[in-house]
Amino acid sequence: MISVGLGLAYRQITVLFKNPSLFLPPMLFPLMNFMSFAGGLSRLRHVPGFSFHSGYTAFTFVFVLLQSAVFGGVFAGFGIARDFEYGFARRLLVSAPHRSGLILGYAISALTRWTMIAIVLTIVALIGGMQIGGDGVDLFGMYALALIVNVVGLLWACGVAMRFRSVQAGPLMQTPVFLLLFLSPVYVPLTLLRGWIHEVARVNPITLLLEAGRGFIDGRPTQVATAFAVAAALVVVFAVWARTGLRRAERAG
Amino acid sequence: MTVLAYQVALIARRSLARTARQPGTWIPPLTFPLILMAVNSNGLRAATNLPGFPTKSFLAFFVPFSFMQGALFASGIAGTDLARDVDTGFLNRLALTPVRDASLLVGQIGGAVGLGTFQAVVYLAIALLAGVHIVAGVGGALLILLLAVLVATGFGTLGLWIALRTGSGEGVQSTFPLLFFVLLVSSMNLPRNLIEVSWFRDLATINPVSYMIEAIRSLVLTGWDAQALVLGFGFALALIAVSLFLAARQLKVRMART
Repeated sequence: MISVGLGLAYRQITVLFKNPSLFLPPMLFPLMNFMSFAGGLSRLRHVPGFSFHSGYTAFTFVFVLLQSAVFGGVFAGFGIARDFEYGFARRLLVSAPHRSGLILGYAISALTRWTMIAIVLTIVALIGGMQIGGDGVDLFGMYALALIVNVVGLLWACGVAMRFRSVQAGPLMQTPVFLLLFLSPVYVPLTLLRGWIHEVARVNPITLLLEAGRGFIDGRPTQVATAFAVAAALVVVFAVWARTGLRRAERAG
Repeated sequence: MTVLAYQVALIARRSLARTARQPGTWIPPLTFPLILMAVNSNGLRAATNLPGFPTKSFLAFFVPFSFMQGALFASGIAGTDLARDVDTGFLNRLALTPVRDASLLVGQIGGAVGLGTFQAVVYLAIALLAGVHIVAGVGGALLILLLAVLVATGFGTLGLWIALRTGSGEGVQSTFPLLFFVLLVSSMNLPRNLIEVSWFRDLATINPVSYMIEAIRSLVLTGWDAQALVLGFGFALALIAVSLFLAARQLKVRMART
C-alpha cells in the first residue's frame, strides 16, 4: 500500500511542478486573502470587545493558514477527478495491488503542495510584521492542526471526485468547504458575532479548530484536546467517505 | 435597421442565448455573490461599531460588493465564450463573412451585459427585501442599476480583450485571481479613511474599483453625492473605453492572423 502511495505521490508532485497553472492558484488565493484581510481589516482590532494580544495580522493568519490547508486538499481533489476523466485513474485501479494506496498517494501529494504554500504564507506573514505570542510547541500544535485539516479537505474532495469521476463535481467539492469556513469567526472573535451567524458559528467545527489555532499563535492555548479530538474524528469520518468513494469507483470500473 | 445594428443584434442574440442555455455558467455567478453578501454582512457587522463608520447596517455598506463581484464573473463569461469561439474556429469562419469588427465586439458582449443586468436587478431586489434603505430613493436605485450594468460591460469587454489576447479559455480563467485581487484591494470592506494599513489604503485609493464601489455606496448611504457619482461613472466609462480599444486592436491582430 505504501509503495503504491509513494509512487502515485511522486507522479502527482512531478505533474504539479511541470504545470504552474495547477500550482499557482492554490498558492495565490491564500496570499491574496491574507493581504486583503490583514491589510484592509486591521482596524477591526479596535472594535470594542476585540481582544487578541498578537495583533490582527496573526489573528487573520490562522484563518488563512487553515483555509489554505483545506483548499489544498480540495484542489488535489480536482486532480483526482481529472485523472478519472482522462482514464488514468482507471488504469491505476487495474494496476494497484492495494487500492487504498491511491488515497494515500493523493494525500501525500496534497500535503507536499500545502507544505510549500504554508512556508510561503508564513514567510509573507513574518515579512508583514506578524507577531507570534506562542512558543515552538504552540506553533507545532498550530501547524499540526492545519496539517490534519489538509488531510480532511483531501479526504472530502477525494470522496466526491471518486463518486462523480468528473471535474464538473468541482463546485460540489468547494462550495460546502467555503461555506463552512466563512460561517466561522473569520474577521472577529466569536463573542463579537451577532445574530444567526453567531449561532451557526457556535456549532461549526471549524470554529473550534480556528479558535484553537488562534490560541496557539497567541500563546494562550485554548480547547486544544477538544480541537484535536474533533480534527481526528473528521479524519476518520472522511476516510470512510473517501474509501467508500473508492469502492464506488471500483464498481463503476 | 442599419447593417451594423442588425449584425450587433444577431451576435448579441447568440451571445445571450448561449449564456442562458448553460445554467452552470450563470447560476454560480448569480448565487455566489449573494451567499458572500449574506455571510460577510453578518460576519463583519462588528465593524459598524468602529468610530466613524458611516452606517449601522453593514449589509447596506456591503451591497456594492455584490455588483462588483457579479461584474467580475461577467468578465469571465464573456471572455470564456469568445475564447471558445477562437478555439473552435467560429471566429475564423466569421472573418469570412462581411460582419464588421465593431458589431462582433459589441454583440459578443451581449451575454455579459444581459447577465449583468439580471444580476443587478436580483441583487438590488434582495437587498431591498433584506431591509436596505436607499437614501437616494427610486432615482438612486435606477442609477445603481445603470452603473452596475456599465461596470459589468466594462469588465465583460476586458474579458473579451483577454480572450482575444490569449485565445484560450484557460488563459481567461487564469486571469481571474488577478482581477479578484483588484477587487480585494479596494474599499469594499471598510471606508478608505478607516483602513489602517497605509500601503493598503494607498492601493485602495489608486484602485478605480474603489470609486465604482463608493459611487454605488453613496447612493445607498448618503444620497446624491456628485463627486462620488462622477468618479464612479467616469471610471466605469473609462474602463469600457480602454477595454474596447484594446479588444478592437487585438481583434484586428487575431483576424489578420486568420
